[in-house]
Amino acid sequence: MGASHSASEEVRELVGKTGFSSDQIEQLHRRFKQLSGDQPTIRKENFNNVPDLELNPIRSKIVRAFFDNRNLRKGSSGLADEINFEDFLTIMSYFRPIDIAMDEEQVQLCRKEKLRFLFHMYDSDSDGRITLEEYRNVVEELLSGNPHIEKESARSIADGAMMEAASVCVGQMEPDQVYEGITFDDFLKIWQGIDIETKMHVRFLNMETIALCH
Amino acid sequence: MLGRGALGPTWGLLLALSVLPRARGVEEEPGGAHGETQGFQVVTFEWHHVQDPYIIALWILVASLAKIGFHLSHKVTSVVPESSLLIVLGLVLGGIVWAADHIASFTLTPTLFFFYLLPPIVLDAGYFMPNRLFFGNLGTILLYAVIGTVWNAATTGLSLYGVFLSGLMGDLDIGLLDFLLFGSLIAAVDPVAVLAVFEEVHVNEVLFIIVFGESLLNDAVTVVLYNVFESFVTLGGDKVTGVDCVKGIVSFFVVSLGGTLVGVVFAFLLSLVTRFTKHVRIIEPGFVFVLSYLSYLTSEMLSLSAILAITFCGICCQKYVKANISEQSATTVRYTMKMLASGAETIIFMFLGISAVDPLIWKWNTAFILLTLVFISVYRAIGVVLQTWILNRYRMVQLEIIDQVVMSYGGLRGAVAYALVVLLDENKVKEKNLFVSTTLIVIFFTVIFQGLTIKPLVQWLKVKRSEQREPKLNEKLHGRAFDHILSAIEDISGQIGHNYLRDKWSNFDRKFLSKILMRRSAQKSRDRILNVFHELNLKDAISYVAEGERRGSLAFIRSPSTDNMVNVDFSTPRPSTVEASVSYLLRENVSAVRLDMQSLEQRRQSVRDTEDMVTHHTLQQYLYKPRQQYKHLYSRHELTADEDEKQDKEIFHRTMRKRLESFKSAKLGVNPHKKAAKLYKRERAQKRRNSSIPNGKLPMVSPLQDFTIKEKDLELSDPEEPPNYDAEEMSGGIEFLANITQDTATDSPSGIDNPVFCPDEDPSILSRVPPWLSPGETVVPSQRARVQIPHSPGNFHRLAPFRVSGKSVDSFLLADGSEEQSYAALPESTHM
Repeated sequence: MGASHSASEEVRELVGKTGFSSDQIEQLHRRFKQLSGDQPTIRKENFNNVPDLELNPIRSKIVRAFFDNRNLRKGSSGLADEINFEDFLTIMSYFRPIDIAMDEEQVQLCRKEKLRFLFHMYDSDSDGRITLEEYRNVVEELLSGNPHIEKESARSIADGAMMEAASVCVGQMEPDQVYEGITFDDFLKIWQGIDIETKMHVRFLNMETIALCH
Repeated sequence: MLGRGALGPTWGLLLALSVLPRARGVEEEPGGAHGETQGFQVVTFEWHHVQDPYIIALWILVASLAKIGFHLSHKVTSVVPESSLLIVLGLVLGGIVWAADHIASFTLTPTLFFFYLLPPIVLDAGYFMPNRLFFGNLGTILLYAVIGTVWNAATTGLSLYGVFLSGLMGDLDIGLLDFLLFGSLIAAVDPVAVLAVFEEVHVNEVLFIIVFGESLLNDAVTVVLYNVFESFVTLGGDKVTGVDCVKGIVSFFVVSLGGTLVGVVFAFLLSLVTRFTKHVRIIEPGFVFVLSYLSYLTSEMLSLSAILAITFCGICCQKYVKANISEQSATTVRYTMKMLASGAETIIFMFLGISAVDPLIWKWNTAFILLTLVFISVYRAIGVVLQTWILNRYRMVQLEIIDQVVMSYGGLRGAVAYALVVLLDENKVKEKNLFVSTTLIVIFFTVIFQGLTIKPLVQWLKVKRSEQREPKLNEKLHGRAFDHILSAIEDISGQIGHNYLRDKWSNFDRKFLSKILMRRSAQKSRDRILNVFHELNLKDAISYVAEGERRGSLAFIRSPSTDNMVNVDFSTPRPSTVEASVSYLLRENVSAVRLDMQSLEQRRQSVRDTEDMVTHHTLQQYLYKPRQQYKHLYSRHELTADEDEKQDKEIFHRTMRKRLESFKSAKLGVNPHKKAAKLYKRERAQKRRNSSIPNGKLPMVSPLQDFTIKEKDLELSDPEEPPNYDAEEMSGGIEFLANITQDTATDSPSGIDNPVFCPDEDPSILSRVPPWLSPGETVVPSQRARVQIPHSPGNFHRLAPFRVSGKSVDSFLLADGSEEQSYAALPESTHM
């Protein structure tokens, strides 16, 4: 990035907002430009240029997540048409590893944020609930990579998972009670005991630590 | 994991062995007369003929019996690790043998150890290696294994040499190279000891895999260091040139990479072979053992790292082998491997103890021994801290101080070091006996003392423990989603990271490797998520049957009081005879009052016969496998008919439906019977009143229709939208009617578009037009239907996510209630 005063000011602001280091921001900015073709914003079509993404079975869901207003912290539903670099960073920051300096509360917060991102991906109609239909949808896409798994098996797996979720979250239900879908609270319950913070992170290249081992 | 389970086969072995001494006892008596008799002898006593295998078998027996003995007292085994107990036992037995014989005839020889005892343990480790965890931490593991071991060897050897120069050790015929040689053999953390101790400690999986992985992979380093220094010692210190040192470093890469390559090649072969074993199921498990053992021997032959070879053979083949071989073979492989590994481990530790009882090998040098102990502990700790400090700058999941303490403390030395030290040539290494004694002391100290204290230490430090969790479907699904998300994020942010590599690898694997190495059928079913799903279903099926057996019959299936699957009609296996269907009809009529316990009891009495038939049918369905197995005749080459897969599939389908049923009934609430019954009565009353206009007043029927509406109608049939209600009702009803007529004509189950949920009994039973299907009957079945679905209309929208779209979820209604459905639908359509 340029060395002009305003640019570095901007970077500093982004550092504060997203928690990335300025090196990482620079790196990501380069990538952003590459994706957008030197435009200030990225549209959905731009993601078609990422060749490796093509094989990803849940590709559409992931791309969609980038434009999801809930993830961008811009509203409770809907999709943005295009995102600028700051939005791009916001999405990326969901995948920052947990800082060792964080205290327990921050870790919990971070964990919740990460889970929220995942939740939003499942809950495609933004009603705060993963319904069976939505869940099946995701599972079908997830398993679509394997040509040998029929759609029906995917559905029954989703059904089974939904049942499991219901039994985890509600336990014994009252007679006239019916499980309507996984709410975010339920979602947290399902994830209890699984340390997502160690799983959901990507190593963002750092100028001083170009890491090869993990 | 299977540590205890492995005792099962060991038991079998024991039983087989325990027969031997008795047989011997029989033989001995006539044997006594053997000296005097001439000519033909009926029985002869030939001890020398059987001596060697006999003694081996006896030792195995003793070790195994000892293992049983240890576990008689839970208190002891929960405090003292088995390995320590075995060493102590070995010492005692060695003492006894020594007292009797004054010759240490049984010791752990390097040949025995390296050729027969070590391979099963390492193969077991590789074959059951959590691959993902292993490769995820490979960088860390390699650093510890390579740098850590070199560091340990160098510092220990040099420090000892330094102390030796100071004269503290007294007069020893020993040089720098000898010290380095000793350092290199004592440096390596031992896989056998680590496994034995850490398996009982249950630290978290990352910590475990790092320590364990290190102990496996450091073999290459140990082998190279050992060989290099041994040849240097042979050469003599002065003649070692720089070229030799470079050669040593080169040989490290050759030995480690070569060993790995041999392992991978054999894994490939093994996977390929198991692809074609369909008709030789019985020897299928044998391939796994033979080929992996060959990989070990091959790399030993090429003087490469044999441990690496067999480890990687196990690691690489596991996926394909497990997919290719049949379920029974997989179980056989699993148990045999565990049995061999656990047996070998038992023998190793016991023989370590026995070997120590031999005054000839002991040479005591307090300073040397104590300092060795101090140095290996201290340098291990320093090494771990230093390496972790470097690693933590790159690692995502940081290794904390506590982890480092456990890693330092878990650096146990074991039989590999002992076998290597025994291999030393006394002519070249003058102080061999000192080295042997010290090694034994070090092993005993680390295994017994550290093994004893590591558990309290882990508890005291509150190290994150591993939790044994049931496999969860949700977890697997989310995990899968995660993988894809992470690799996508790496793709998008344009980096080649860990997830990127894994993603590329799994694509490659799916596209090429699996196609070559896996059976076609296996490729299909071999998805981790599907596996978990399958597993859960099987577990359900098993518990279902077990529950039935516990109660002495399968009658519980129909009794409402027993469990939560009550009011869903479990008469799925419908009797197919005419009389049966009549009684079925009878039951039909009363099923409306089913929630009323008393009448249900009466009902049960009267339909006893049918019940029996149903039970019989259920038995046939659920106890499929056992029946098959008991039936088979003796055949060496054939165990069961080739119907396993079909059976699996059937059970799978059946249990899937059962899960759905139990889920549904749980959600629909069955347990408060009184309430439900009351509710039901109220509803019935209501219904009677409104029976003339069923369309509006009987909305509980409509969901049933919804099931049969094909996907395209999903949005339409949302009960939450009152305006559309009538219209959609109508369309649904009409379509359903059409379905019925069609079905009765075509003899195929209606409204089920999901094979998984297809009723598994004979389709002809299901789709047969019930003889009692006539307009006059319509009321009763709709009452019954009412029991199956929510009790008040207001509930419907809440079930909506399951129901509206939920043909499959509710298809059990179709499965066991297709007739009822028709009833339910008929009045509506006629009224409209």
